[in-house]
Amino acid sequence: MSEAAAQGASRPLGPAAYLICLRGIVWREALRFLQQRGRFVAALVRPLLWLFIFAAGFRSVLGVSITPPYETYVIYDVYITPGLVAMIQLFNGMQSSLSMVYDREMGSMRTLLVSPFPRGFLLTSKLLAGVAVSLLQVYVFLAVAWFWEVRPPVLGYLTMLPALVLSGLMLGALGMLLSSAIKQLENFAGIMNFVIFPMFFASSALYPLWRMQEASPYLYDICRANPFTYAVELIRFALYGRVDWLALAVVAGCAAAFLGAATLAYNPSRGLMARRGGPGGGA
Amino acid sequence: MEPSVVTRGQGRADTAPTASEGALPFALQVESVSHDFGTRRALDDVSCTIAPSQYCVLLGLNGAGKTTLFSLVTRLYDNVSGSIRVFGHDVRRQPGFALRELGVVFQQRTLDLDLSVLQNLIYHGALHGLGPARAKRRGLAELERLGLAERAGDKVRNLSGGQMRRVEIARALLHRPRLLLLDEPTVGLDIGARQGILEHVQRLCRDENLAVLWATHLIDEVLPGARVIMLHRGRVLASGPSERVVAEAGAENIRAAFLKLTGDGNGASRETAG
Repeated sequence: MSEAAAQGASRPLGPAAYLICLRGIVWREALRFLQQRGRFVAALVRPLLWLFIFAAGFRSVLGVSITPPYETYVIYDVYITPGLVAMIQLFNGMQSSLSMVYDREMGSMRTLLVSPFPRGFLLTSKLLAGVAVSLLQVYVFLAVAWFWEVRPPVLGYLTMLPALVLSGLMLGALGMLLSSAIKQLENFAGIMNFVIFPMFFASSALYPLWRMQEASPYLYDICRANPFTYAVELIRFALYGRVDWLALAVVAGCAAAFLGAATLAYNPSRGLMARRGGPGGGA
Repeated sequence: MEPSVVTRGQGRADTAPTASEGALPFALQVESVSHDFGTRRALDDVSCTIAPSQYCVLLGLNGAGKTTLFSLVTRLYDNVSGSIRVFGHDVRRQPGFALRELGVVFQQRTLDLDLSVLQNLIYHGALHGLGPARAKRRGLAELERLGLAERAGDKVRNLSGGQMRRVEIARALLHRPRLLLLDEPTVGLDIGARQGILEHVQRLCRDENLAVLWATHLIDEVLPGARVIMLHRGRVLASGPSERVVAEAGAENIRAAFLKLTGDGNGASRETAG
């Protein structure tokens, strides 16, 4: 035990320790994901169904005219691919919120929170771990889509990476914020109905917003107020090597706001945990 | 001199001379901590100390406030009144330093069931800034000592309840803390497994100079010579070496002392059957 006594806790943890911690959290998330093979398949099948069936059916109905960043007329499959990529991240963000509620009920959240690293850092690491898992899903999806004649410029796969990280952070932080408000696992169905579907449909993922404007100016305003729209556009432009600055600003701003709120919600003195009596609500 | 029994309402006269006379800080020092959940008072002016390498049982019925105290010490939420120090580090002001000195075994099972034993340990090591190689080395050594070395590659799901508990203890010690907190660690275990865990932790305390706070509602887990803190409805009724607590309560044994101090004959005897 002399080593422990000598170690004491007198020196703050250095940057190398922070890196080890981040890597460990990402590694665990990836391990869990790869072991739940069903989840991987489901995460892949969902957007592929949209691409193979929905897009095929609507190809003739929804001709998409030339709209930035596209320089030529594009088929519908090509148009909705960035939207489906964002959908993967949306589901993934909500899924990690679900896993945080699960972790809280099962107690592994406690193990995370007794780590000596600052809580904001731990939550951000957890978010980045979720983003890493979503990146894996996105690139496998895009690989399959390539055989389906959805072939963006090769360099686009690289330029979209930073956009994916940012949008993944935003959606993950939103999920985390929601997870602090969900008391029980069963409430996840509510998230599906009241968060995932409205966000997905009231966005530019499935149709360009000018079409929405023709249909209803009111809905158009809702779509424009939806942060998910900006995540989709950020990804869409990045896939073609371009930057949509407005989308970038909105996504970055929302990511920071959601993360800040989530950190506050998990803050030991102000958070919901203290008011509720903590996980399990125990005495 | 040993501390005297603290009676209802004056919860702070409890000091262990070994620590206070020297320059060494207490392993755990709780001073006048109260905590409310809404209108319900979970802890009421609780004070207690544990000296380095001391074995201490926190005895109380379910709902006495044991888990609340643990949550405050591990900073799941902050104490709003009083102070909590771990080896001199205030958990609110220096949570990072305080948490590094702490090993915790929660009442709930907190292992990842789908990961292997070793993967669980490596993950925990990372949460404390230990690289995978070091965590693996220490983890294997710890498992060896617990007689679980050959299960290192198995999924946690396939372990028995007692084995999971032992893995959790190994995990809590991985970052070499000097204070080990265990919240009802034997709940749900059979008599053999309970005895095994109890003996292992006692041995750790003796051989490794580890301070231990063992929370339980089972009176027979207060072994002779142990130091005991009795918590009832959020208040410290008595604390000190068990023999002294028994003597000052004017009771025959620790069970009788507990019943006498809590004034709750029926409920307690049912709770503590074991």
